[in-house]
Formats: sequence, C-alpha cells, structure tokens
Amino acid sequence: MAKRDRLSGNEAVAIALRQINPDVFPAFPITPSTEIPQYFASFVANGQVDTEFIPVESEHSSMSAAIGASAAGARSLTATSSCGLAYMWEELYIAASNRLPLALALVNRALSGPININCDHSDSMGARDAGWIQIYAENNQEAYDNMVQAYRISEHKDVRLPIMICQDGFITSHAVENIELLDDEEVKNFVGEYNPENYLLNPECPMAVGPYSITDYYMEAKRNQAEGMSNVSRVVLDVAKEFEGISGRKYGLFEEYCMEDAERAVVMIGSAAGTTKDAIDRLRAQGEKVGLIKIRLFRPFPAEEIAEALKNVKAVAIMDRAESYTNHGGPLGADVMAAMFRARSQALAVNYVYGLGGRDVRVEDMESVFEDLKKIVKDNDAGETYRYLGIRE
Amino acid sequence: MATDITKLGVKATWKDLTEGMIIAGAGTSKDFNTGEWSTEKPEFIEEKCKQCLLCVPVCPDSCIPVKDMKRGAFDYGHCKGCGICVKACPFGAITMEGVK
Repeated sequence: MAKRDRLSGNEAVAIALRQINPDVFPAFPITPSTEIPQYFASFVANGQVDTEFIPVESEHSSMSAAIGASAAGARSLTATSSCGLAYMWEELYIAASNRLPLALALVNRALSGPININCDHSDSMGARDAGWIQIYAENNQEAYDNMVQAYRISEHKDVRLPIMICQDGFITSHAVENIELLDDEEVKNFVGEYNPENYLLNPECPMAVGPYSITDYYMEAKRNQAEGMSNVSRVVLDVAKEFEGISGRKYGLFEEYCMEDAERAVVMIGSAAGTTKDAIDRLRAQGEKVGLIKIRLFRPFPAEEIAEALKNVKAVAIMDRAESYTNHGGPLGADVMAAMFRARSQALAVNYVYGLGGRDVRVEDMESVFEDLKKIVKDNDAGETYRYLGIRE
Repeated sequence: MATDITKLGVKATWKDLTEGMIIAGAGTSKDFNTGEWSTEKPEFIEEKCKQCLLCVPVCPDSCIPVKDMKRGAFDYGHCKGCGICVKACPFGAITMEGVK
C-alpha cells in the first residue's frame, strides 16, 4: 500500500535509496545535496540498510569510489551539486566509457562564479556530453519516482550506462511537499538484485577495466558506447510502464501539458515547469492555445519525439536554466532547435535564459513569455532568438 | 557482452569491441595481436646466429621463443618492432629497416 507523507526532495530521494538498499555509497557533502547522504547516513547508523557508506575527502574521490565499487560488482551511487560535480569531471567520463551502471543523485545548483548556492542547471548541463543518462524532475514526487526507476534503466543489459537523477536545488530539494511513497517491499521487488555478468571481485574470471586504447580502437570504442545510449529511450519507456503498474503514475521521455491543440509552446526542464503549468491554466481559461513540453529525459535527447510533439505549433520558446556562452542561447535551445530543423519545422523559435543562480520564475514571467510568442506569431518574425527572462535591463 | 579478445585488431569493427573495452578472463595478452601495431619488423638470419641468446632477455615483448637452448623465429604476432634485439646481436644475425 502506498503511503502519503510530507517530504523535502532530498528526503524523498534518500528514502528511495533506503528502499533500494544499494551496496556502496561514498559521499562528500555540498549544498544543496548534503542532506541526501546525511539522511542516508542515519539509515546506515540505524541499521535500516546494509550499505557500505564511505565518507570521503572530496567529490573526485566519491565518484572514484563509486566507480571502483561498481566495477567490483556492487550497486553504487553518490550525490552532489554544482562544484562537486565539476570536481568529478574526469570520473564522469570514466564511469560512462567503462559502461558502469551507477547512479548520481544530482541536486542542481549554479556553478561559480559569482559564487552562489542556488538553483540553475549549469552543473548538469556542462556534464551533458559525458555519456551519462540524465533524467530531471519537476517536483519531489518525480525526484523520488525517478530515483526508484534509475537502476532499472542504468543496469539494463542493452544500456549499462551511469545515470544522473537531477532535481532543482532548494526549489525541490528543500521544499516540503505531499508525496506518495511506495512500500519498501514493492521498491525492492521492482528494482531487483544487481547481477553483473563480469565484475572485478569474481574469482572465477579475472577482469581488466579501463584498458588503454590507442588511436586504432578509441573511435570504435566511442561508437560502441553510443550504441548503449541508443537503447536508453526504449528502456526508459519500458521501465516507466512497469513503474506505472506499481505506482499508478505515468512517465514518458517528456510530459506534454495542453499540447493537443497548442499554437504556442514552451519547452523547459525542471521545477519551473510547474509554474508554467499555472500560467497555462490562466491563459487557457482566457481561451489561449498554449502548452508545455517538460523534458524528463535530456540525455539521450529525444529529438524526433519532441519535434513530432511540436509539429503543429506556430511559435515555441525554449527555456534554458543555464548559459552556454554561444551568443545564441543555451544547451536545450540548441538541441530543440536542431531537432526542429531536422524535422523541417516551420515554427518560429526563441530561446530564453532564465532562473540563473536561483532567480525566481513567477507565473507572470511565464505569462510574459507566452505574450512574447503571441507577438512573434502576429509579426511572423521571431526577432531576437537569444533572450534573457527576468533580467534588470 | 562480447569478450573475444582475438577479434581485437586494427580491422575490428566497433561491434567487435567489448563493452566498455572490458577484458574478462586471465592471461589474455597472448591472444591479442599487438604485432600489427608496428610498421617494421626485425629479420632473423639464422646462418649468422651463434645461439648466444643475448637477444632473448632484451626483448620487451618476449617475442623470441627459446627451445632446447636455441632461439626460434620471431613471434610477429606480438613484436612491436622496437629494434632492441638488432642492437643486442653481436653477429649481425638480426636486421631491421632503419636500425643500424
């Protein structure tokens, strides 16, 4: 039986991890993700899990230890934010290229500088090319549900890639919401045991991990790695379907909100999607045909499916909670526009940078975006395609 | 997971590589044809060889097999053409392009 509770996003993820009972959890604290290992350490101390919890001296070490544990045959993970993720940079690529299925509970926070502890997506967006699966949450319930589904995706034999379960720093990580938890037993059965085919601690078959690849092999190795990524979308949908069976909650690669007859749409990631839904509800009440696509799976990027979902819109605003310093917009803007271009979309598209360093995004802000789109449709001209939302000019 | 190391070589397609380049199994280096990395190979001129065996221990890849106290033909499947054996031979019984 599902249980209702009031939890912060960090607490919800920590409870999912208690229910999963992973083998190894090395961690180093950094705001706003600190609570995840903190709550988890209390579960270890109380004997509620039999996880090997390793307090390490840095994020470079926490990811290294998670990688070592995974290669050894354990189900491992760590948690971090912002500069902590930046300090794991090298290891992120090692985990993915060695095809090690491990998890990272990422609580999105701005990268310095100026130094700032609040939410934006600059940390995980910078890591988008590291070969990790990236899944994002709008609220605490989604953060919990995504964590429960994480290992089923990451460890799938056709995938075997590390997975980043992302949620917005403070906005979801520290805000307390009503959420529905699954029974411990249900989660245990859903996630199952981890039985890797090859692992370092297997005395029957010694193994080499991470061997040197000269020029003759490197490119083939990367192509081989990409093959795992090409199976992710299918596995994400399969796992989501099974998860719906135990939870009643439906997940896809992205969520479409009021998109059926939408003429103007917003594409975004994370908690501000909830704000955008409120703006849409207000505008829909006035008869305006507006909708939202909220990205759940960002890596790999479901380009064809998003282009298909946007095929009838006249104008679209793609919202980036990270700068990319291309002078053209952010990473989501680039991916969505490329998808639309390949699908020969005729829609007018603009890209906003918003919410950096925890800047509030209000319902009125999102209403103003739809208002901008209205003008774009009327003028049949996108105008400046690289914009900032909520900036003091 | 594909683990057949004998398929590894410069002609191997990406599908033949192991997942994550992981090698499962022990003592597999002898199955791996690293000899194809080199462009030049040493030549063994048997009639000049006095079987002093000075070439054998200097080979970094153990490519000079010895049987009954006599060296045999080079193992070109693992020789990377470093030319050290050419330098070690006092009798000119090993030659290689580019090595004097």
